Amino acid sequence: MKKVMAAIIFCNFVVSSAVAAEIKIGFVTTLTTPAAVIGEDMKNAVNLALEHLNGKAGSHKIEVVFGDDGFAPDTGKQVTDRLLKQDKVDIIAGYIWSHVLLASRKSVLDAGKILISSNAGPSQMASKLCHENFFSASWQNDQTPMAMGEVFNKAGIKSLYIMAPNYAAGKDMVAGIERTFKGQVVGKDLTKWGADAQLDFSAELAKAKVSGADGLFVFYPGAASGAFTKQYHQAGLKDLLPLYSVFTIDGISLPKLQAANFSGIVGSKVTQQWDPSLDNQANKKFVNDFKKQFGKYPSFYAAQSYDTINMIASAVMAVDGDMSDVAGLRSALKSANYNSVRGKYSYGNNNFPIQNFYLREVVEDSDGNWTTEVVDTVFTNHQDPFAADCKLK
Amino acid sequence: MDYTLLLIQVLNGLQLGVLLFLVASGLTLVFGILDFVNLAHGSIYMLGAFVCASLTYALDSYLLAVILALPIIGIIGYVFEVFLARPLYSRDHLDHVLGTFGAILVIDTIAHLIWGPAGIAIPLPNYLDGQIKISENIELPTFRVLIIIVGLLAAFGLLWLVNFTRLGMLIRAGASNRTMVSALGIDIRTLFAIVFAIGATLAGMAGMLIAPITEASLGMGNNVIITAFVVIIVGGIGSVKGALVAALLIGLIDTLGRAFLDDFFKIFMSTAAAENSAPAISSMSIYLIMALILSFKPNGLFPPRLR
Repeated sequence: MKKVMAAIIFCNFVVSSAVAAEIKIGFVTTLTTPAAVIGEDMKNAVNLALEHLNGKAGSHKIEVVFGDDGFAPDTGKQVTDRLLKQDKVDIIAGYIWSHVLLASRKSVLDAGKILISSNAGPSQMASKLCHENFFSASWQNDQTPMAMGEVFNKAGIKSLYIMAPNYAAGKDMVAGIERTFKGQVVGKDLTKWGADAQLDFSAELAKAKVSGADGLFVFYPGAASGAFTKQYHQAGLKDLLPLYSVFTIDGISLPKLQAANFSGIVGSKVTQQWDPSLDNQANKKFVNDFKKQFGKYPSFYAAQSYDTINMIASAVMAVDGDMSDVAGLRSALKSANYNSVRGKYSYGNNNFPIQNFYLREVVEDSDGNWTTEVVDTVFTNHQDPFAADCKLK
Repeated sequence: MDYTLLLIQVLNGLQLGVLLFLVASGLTLVFGILDFVNLAHGSIYMLGAFVCASLTYALDSYLLAVILALPIIGIIGYVFEVFLARPLYSRDHLDHVLGTFGAILVIDTIAHLIWGPAGIAIPLPNYLDGQIKISENIELPTFRVLIIIVGLLAAFGLLWLVNFTRLGMLIRAGASNRTMVSALGIDIRTLFAIVFAIGATLAGMAGMLIAPITEASLGMGNNVIITAFVVIIVGGIGSVKGALVAALLIGLIDTLGRAFLDDFFKIFMSTAAAENSAPAISSMSIYLIMALILSFKPNGLFPPRLR
């Protein structure tokens, strides 16, 4: 009898280990420096996604190993290499920053693994550097400011002053707005960025003020957003030079701006592919549970990270846990066959999403917390302008 | 050329300059008089910002918070001197660098644990949050004007302290010959601890003044410390007057570079080339100036006479 039992247990063990694979996901984000506030939000969303999946994709256990890029391209590449070689992850995802992603992409792609960006969408990787194993769970950098440019045209804004940080994404944002904005750009400042970023904008704001522009367009993600918004108000520009932004006023900066009582920010408008108020089942569950667990609204970074994990889980199920089947993973990812919190979307030839872009407004919710809600759809099924430059079919 | 804009930018440069001076003065005193390289000086600046932020929320008043935070930072500086700096004085500069670099990591991590990674915005009272009209076309944020005034007051106060008081005399004497000063019955160790605490208080004050503009954030000190070293090297290590002149110079050059370099470049190159090169050149402008000044005056603008 004992022998039979042992044999049964042994069989069970062999069978189960053959079927249920353990999938390791490497997730690179920023966990130190002030930008860690973004990384923490993403980490929370990843853990929430795992919790919703019960830690499993079908019958396969998924584990996420986090890596800290320290807000620097060189550190980001090192941590990517470590995840690949030391932790032996099956797939790499994450990346807030375009310059970090650009520095790290080769390591992942040369290793023949799938790379998924949960945020950064540098123009280079949508055009010349596009790759069959690289997917974006977010957007291409130019798209969100392009939507903003369209909003300006509709609102009859004739001239703009532009400020953005001087790095890959900052340049894409400026290019994006210039792509659709039909009026005149009267001035432009690219400021120092990175761990020692410039946070005092007195000189630039003084220039913007005398430029006579109809509006000020900025891109200051993460910790810089609070600093910028503060100085904009202290300079008394609110009535002279209305502020328009992308990726600056979001779920991360709003609680802080509210704590410091910058009431001028309520009513300001931003463009984005996602919003906590989007009406679909997946989004409601995500936003509600995120608020319950972390006591604040998720940011778009969190939404994209949540999507990233669900997207990977859908691909893992499609190949039944066989992570060596890269072609199978690819075609599963390309179908975007999962419940994205932004609603249904599809992938273009360069593996960047073709999706809607919304105009959102900062409002106070029923509990008195500041958040955003959708007021208009700017683009429907919008594809980035670089798709044609990508050789993939 | 628009002269009102130039004037506004000069005032902005002045504001950056006085903040740099507050950080650099402590650094130059400690480096010049105690011969101690304190990389963690920037961490004290950061602590100033965070302590002030917490107190502002606790007391609901920015001014009260600053008044209370200044002595707290002074005490932190004193404790830092006694436990960390003092055992390192007799070692060489490399050990100072290693010891204080370790202190940066420890202080940054402690700040991360206490205040989280997000940074804290400090709300200003309404009377400081507006703008001051200086003339028809010139309007400056009130708080930036306050920074300039407070910074200049602190600068001249420190110059007076070092040059015209008994404490200042002892500090200068201690710098030129510490054995002789202690032989005359002066407690040189306490004297040095006081110098250290004054330097820390000034750095903390700079952090408290900048925080309502840029927020208190992790690593903010590490950005400022490099520029502060540029200031004390250009000004002459150990010279408070040199630090003041160099800080204002660096503040002006940095601000004016950011403000006008692209327009200047457009005179002789294409708009696209100017827009691309101006941010790069302006972010290195202060180092170019340092190289230029050091090539003519290798000991800085005002090297102290007695070393």
